[in-house]
Amino acid sequence: MIEFLIILPVIIPFFTGAILIATMKSREISRTISLASAFLLLVSSLVLFAVVWISGIKVLYVGSWKAPFGISFIADVFSVSMLIMTAVMLITVTIYSFSSIDSGREKYGFWVFLQFMIMGVCGSFLTGDIFNLFVWFEVMLMSSFVLIALGNEKFQLEGAIKYVTINVISSVLFLSAVGILYGMTGSLNMADLAGKIKLVGNNYLINIAALFFLTSFGIKAAIFPLFFWLPASYPTPPIPVTAIFSALLTKVGVFALIRVFTLVFTTDVSFTHGIILALAGLTMVTGVFGAAAQFEFRRILAFHIVSQIGYLLLGLGLFTLNGLSATVFFFFHIMLAKTNLFFISGIVNRIYGTYDLNKLGGIYKNHPFISIMFMISAGSLAGIPPLPGFWAKLFVIKAAFESHYYFLGAVAIIVSILTLYSMLKIWNEAFWKKNEYHFTKQEKLTHRFGWYAPVVVISVLMLLLSVFPEHIYLVAQKASEQIINSAEYIKIVIGK
Amino acid sequence: MNIFFEALLLLWRDNMKSLILSTTIKILLPMMLLFSFFLLMRGHNLPGGGFTGGLVASAGFALYAIALGIKSTRQIMRIKPDTLLYSGLLITGFSGLMAVFSGKPFMTGLWLANEIPGFQKIGTPVLFDVGVYLVVLGMVTKIIFSLMEED
Repeated sequence: MIEFLIILPVIIPFFTGAILIATMKSREISRTISLASAFLLLVSSLVLFAVVWISGIKVLYVGSWKAPFGISFIADVFSVSMLIMTAVMLITVTIYSFSSIDSGREKYGFWVFLQFMIMGVCGSFLTGDIFNLFVWFEVMLMSSFVLIALGNEKFQLEGAIKYVTINVISSVLFLSAVGILYGMTGSLNMADLAGKIKLVGNNYLINIAALFFLTSFGIKAAIFPLFFWLPASYPTPPIPVTAIFSALLTKVGVFALIRVFTLVFTTDVSFTHGIILALAGLTMVTGVFGAAAQFEFRRILAFHIVSQIGYLLLGLGLFTLNGLSATVFFFFHIMLAKTNLFFISGIVNRIYGTYDLNKLGGIYKNHPFISIMFMISAGSLAGIPPLPGFWAKLFVIKAAFESHYYFLGAVAIIVSILTLYSMLKIWNEAFWKKNEYHFTKQEKLTHRFGWYAPVVVISVLMLLLSVFPEHIYLVAQKASEQIINSAEYIKIVIGK
Repeated sequence: MNIFFEALLLLWRDNMKSLILSTTIKILLPMMLLFSFFLLMRGHNLPGGGFTGGLVASAGFALYAIALGIKSTRQIMRIKPDTLLYSGLLITGFSGLMAVFSGKPFMTGLWLANEIPGFQKIGTPVLFDVGVYLVVLGMVTKIIFSLMEED
């Protein structure tokens, strides 16, 4: 019966989505159901986490078809901790949407597609089958297409077209890569592939497949040469949508990269992981420089998503225990910090009616509370001690130095300083500077609970993370141990 | 100019109503629905299944809508596409859950011991197919109806 827990994070959003179609017309009922299911998701992932933490990796063979043949769902510490983060993000975004999503979007299925997107995300975290991963990606993308285009505003459609086009290309590459892999090995189960790929012998072909995967997931994760779609499309939909996208979608891309490049493509590490390392450095640098040139609140944040993805990749590229634990820890920090910053930008826009830093000013004087909340997240993103971002970056840079990648470690430090510059730019322009632009409308916030509660919750979580980093690092370490010791994972899944 | 084009459009629309099509569709629709049911029921063993079955059924309703208009199509369908959509989703979900209730892993096929005459063996995969059938039927008719109502 414990196996049933593994499928719950997929089943809960599925049933919720189906029920929400029926209740689409009634706003109150839809909201209540959405929130209840988000909490249910959190509870079920917490229980699953406890089980996995105590008794190790758990496998569910869907339909009782054993490993190499059927689809297996695998819960290890990494995937389940990502599920917990997903549930937390879903709860905060749901509450935030109560006050910030317009009734038109609600009537046309915002809640429904939010749930189906979460189903896709949870499925991608849990599945152990590479074709099934493709399917979950599609589930996630289809719903995200709707969410990004819902509302039909002109600039929104422009962003949506870019987003859809690039993601379709990415999916085609993904499918071709799966095809190549299946042609070489005759298997789709990732644990089974890990063993069979060593028997292929033709390293060139394997590397080609690896690069296909890298490109495909790279587009989704927005890494260096393929990131341009993200700053173009993320700032266009309403803030809750942008927030949940930035918290989950790019991270699923990185998650898939980690799964594939620690389990399957480990035959030619110096080649594949060398490329990942180079891309990690370039992603960090280009993202932060892109942000420096921007003067719009959301666009700066969108470029910083790209830059932070570089840190996540760095840990993967190092392919050491400490590197991967740093990456896992970084996941926790970045999901919280990014979402919170987007939430705050939404509140600022609601009050002052603009995202333009030139026009904003004096927020600290008028709204000191929200300014402090901003400082917590922005400081964390820049890596100011003792905020969680500091620990996350410290772990990444330490791991880089340990593996003698001094140059990359130095790049990470410099990028961190540039991030600080960029955050201070927002702080100075929007919060600190005297308000020269006289606002004709400075709206009072209605439904203050819905606006502030998610921000406060995430800020508190971040402060907890900064006070008890060693406990969370313990989780990250266990997760990365399970990732690195892929032999055990394979043994449990294949059952030999 | 505008009035001229509108008149042209009206003329074209009236001519689209073909007597042959509207007469045949009344015989064709039940046959298509029967065929879609046939596809649905053999799907778990032979070529066919919920998806193709649903497509054939919705093609029938689409033809009916082209021949006799949406209003009368909605009347003969009786159930709203939305209702079909979510009930289909729920049925697919429950077909997977039934295995869990009897203590087996999710989506394990449970089969009746005896064959029902006229059909092959019946089990939860058939229920899954029924769900898919309803989802496809609901989805396609919803898309077609909304597109046709728009102009």
